[in-house]
Amino acid sequence: MNQLIPPFDFQRVVLDPWTTSLDTYGWMALMAFLVMATCGLIGNYLILRRMALVGDAISHSVLPGLAVAYLITDELSLPVMMLGALGAGLLTTVLIEFIHTRSRIKSDAAIGITFCTLFAFGVVLINVFASRVHLDADCVLYGELSYLSRGGDEVAPRPVLIMGGVGLAVAVLIAVFYKELLVSSFDAMLAASLGFAPKFIHLALMAVLSIVIVSAFESVGAILVIAALILPGATAQLLSTRLPVCLWLSVGHAALSAVLGLHLAIWLVCSIAGAVVVSGTGLFVLAWLFGPEGLVVRWHRRAKPLPA
Amino acid sequence: MNLRHGLRAAPFALSVVFPCLFFLAPVLQAARIGDLTETNVLEQATRFFTFQDASLRIALIGCILLGLNCGLLGSFVVVRRLSLVGDTLSHAVLPGIALGFLWNMSKDPVAILIGATVAGALAMLTVTAITRTTRLKEDAAMGLVLSSFYAVGICLLTMFQRLPTGQKSGLDKFLFGQAAAMNGEEVAVLGVTALLSLGFIVVCWRGLVTLSFHREFGESIGLPMGGLHHMVMLLTAFGVVTAMQAVGVVLVSAMLIIPAATAYLLTDRMHRLIIYAAVLGVLTAALGAFCSFLGNNLPTGPFMVLAGAAFFTVAFLVSPKHGWLTRLWRQRSLRVRTGREDTLKAMYRVLEERDWSSEGVTLLELAHWRRETLEEVQARANEVKRAGLVTAEEDGATLHFTPEGLQTAQAIVRNHRLWELYLTNVMQYGSDHVHEDAEKIEHVLGEDLVRQLERRLEFPETDPHGKKIPALRGPDPPAETPAVASGYRP
Repeated sequence: MNQLIPPFDFQRVVLDPWTTSLDTYGWMALMAFLVMATCGLIGNYLILRRMALVGDAISHSVLPGLAVAYLITDELSLPVMMLGALGAGLLTTVLIEFIHTRSRIKSDAAIGITFCTLFAFGVVLINVFASRVHLDADCVLYGELSYLSRGGDEVAPRPVLIMGGVGLAVAVLIAVFYKELLVSSFDAMLAASLGFAPKFIHLALMAVLSIVIVSAFESVGAILVIAALILPGATAQLLSTRLPVCLWLSVGHAALSAVLGLHLAIWLVCSIAGAVVVSGTGLFVLAWLFGPEGLVVRWHRRAKPLPA
Repeated sequence: MNLRHGLRAAPFALSVVFPCLFFLAPVLQAARIGDLTETNVLEQATRFFTFQDASLRIALIGCILLGLNCGLLGSFVVVRRLSLVGDTLSHAVLPGIALGFLWNMSKDPVAILIGATVAGALAMLTVTAITRTTRLKEDAAMGLVLSSFYAVGICLLTMFQRLPTGQKSGLDKFLFGQAAAMNGEEVAVLGVTALLSLGFIVVCWRGLVTLSFHREFGESIGLPMGGLHHMVMLLTAFGVVTAMQAVGVVLVSAMLIIPAATAYLLTDRMHRLIIYAAVLGVLTAALGAFCSFLGNNLPTGPFMVLAGAAFFTVAFLVSPKHGWLTRLWRQRSLRVRTGREDTLKAMYRVLEERDWSSEGVTLLELAHWRRETLEEVQARANEVKRAGLVTAEEDGATLHFTPEGLQTAQAIVRNHRLWELYLTNVMQYGSDHVHEDAEKIEHVLGEDLVRQLERRLEFPETDPHGKKIPALRGPDPPAETPAVASGYRP
């Protein structure tokens, strides 16, 4: 057990990342924050639209999209990667819809069948063309936040720049199409009667989701990205019922869990992506217990006799 | 508009992608093995089918058992719309597996099974607790639980990798699955689990079916629905954990869903569903194991899933009852039959208007009656000629009924008029509102229903519009068409 949990060394765990080794850990924390924040912003809408598990499906099926993109262009360029993810994401959405409208298979089974098959295809591609596809299985499962190095003439490491760009784009899109997203998430009928084309908004959201997932993919892997999508939004929605407040809260959740996760990972010497998610879960549990509608308030209310 | 286009393209995408997924797999693999030697695939295949290796035999038995178990339990999971519960379970048991491993630092299947079951139960309880006490819906709760439990598991696993024993623990096999890595003890655990599920299903069959289709009814007659539900969940957790060795964490839920969903497309009866799902599960698992055995150290899980997806695609397209192509074909043939019957009916009406004074119906008259162009009527005429319901004179412009054709026409007109009469006399419709409805129903009324209508209407002679209803045909139809035609002259 002592071997497993190293002693808590304040200097090493808390101070060093922000002083002596800022150049490595700073970028990691920033990257973790960007991933959690970008996913969290779009995740708010997924939760409202009850599509959390579609997010799950797309996060798995981005893998074959990436693998095929690698095979077509041997060296992965950004647009090809994005296109691959976009194709995979839209294919997933269309396949799920297709299976569930053209047969008696229910939507939950259709989701499961589609993403498992696509993911399996991706894994086979990676294994068979291991020499040409530079994605290893570990990266798919845990993600790799550790290798962020800055080229000589770059402002920031490339993944951080990409993630930052995508995050900014998502924020701008949400700001511009705020009204459309709001109405179609809460009342698809009203959105349709106002002329917002809810189906188009749905597909567009799926497309943006695929782009976000693929840019976060290499950092957190296929499964932890689901946590990044759901945790910030879910935590925020336990604390507030106003959508704008929720969006800001989920960014705050992202920042906190990135920093806490970094320290946790340095202390326990484990996967950083995993640790970020674990601390995000910790924050969720805190919100669940102590939020305005949390368990503690409920118990308290139940214990107190009703005013006469 | 774009979306509709997308959906129309989807069938093609699906019918191309799924088979490609499957057929590509062996080809891709061959490409890699081809790098080594040409005969390797064949050699491996013969080794597979002659069952020479003891380890291979064990792995294969393991796969068959896990396919059986997953098929049995998956049926209940899919029917009850709990498909994604399997996914949640399979990810959420990861920390349990890690802790079970920590117990005595070895891959002890029993310790791992206990750890994983505890983690799985905890995960399902958390999902319930979140949906009961917060505003979050079930999908968000499941996604949240599966990914955060998984994250804890990943942290634990990466911590173990620092330990001296961790590197060779083989825990990484849990992530994508390696059937060949199974040992006798694990297969024994699989066997016990499969037996447990089988026994449980046989003993509690009635309760389980009630649970699957009408839980409230079961509760109202005092069956222990809650207990059965938890038992199914527990066995599913067992199934998932034991299958994980061969299929891997990420894809094990597919083994629950895909064979059962395939069976769901093949039958409507629960007992058949379970049998089909179990058989398909076994086939899927064995085929997956075979494919992965062909290559060198290929993960088993993805191949099993692709094999399952291939079976599913076939069932999805051509299942006799619920297949997509089957249904399209059925709709098409219904459309063709309706078209033929409409042509025959039009001919009958033309003759009737003429008081049966002559026998041939010209295309021009038909076109007049149907308010269609000559080309359209020509196509109709060709269609009924091909079906042997009508013959044409040499010039091709005048049509005569064959005996079957006349019978069909009479039956359709009878259906139409009986239905109109039923609607006016029994259902009290206005006689000017009944035609549209009868136009549709005339093609689908069966023999029995027609008899019943006749009895109900006391063998009527005329319809609400005063037209004669063609009488039921006698036991032997007259051979000569003209005779028949004149026989029905009013």
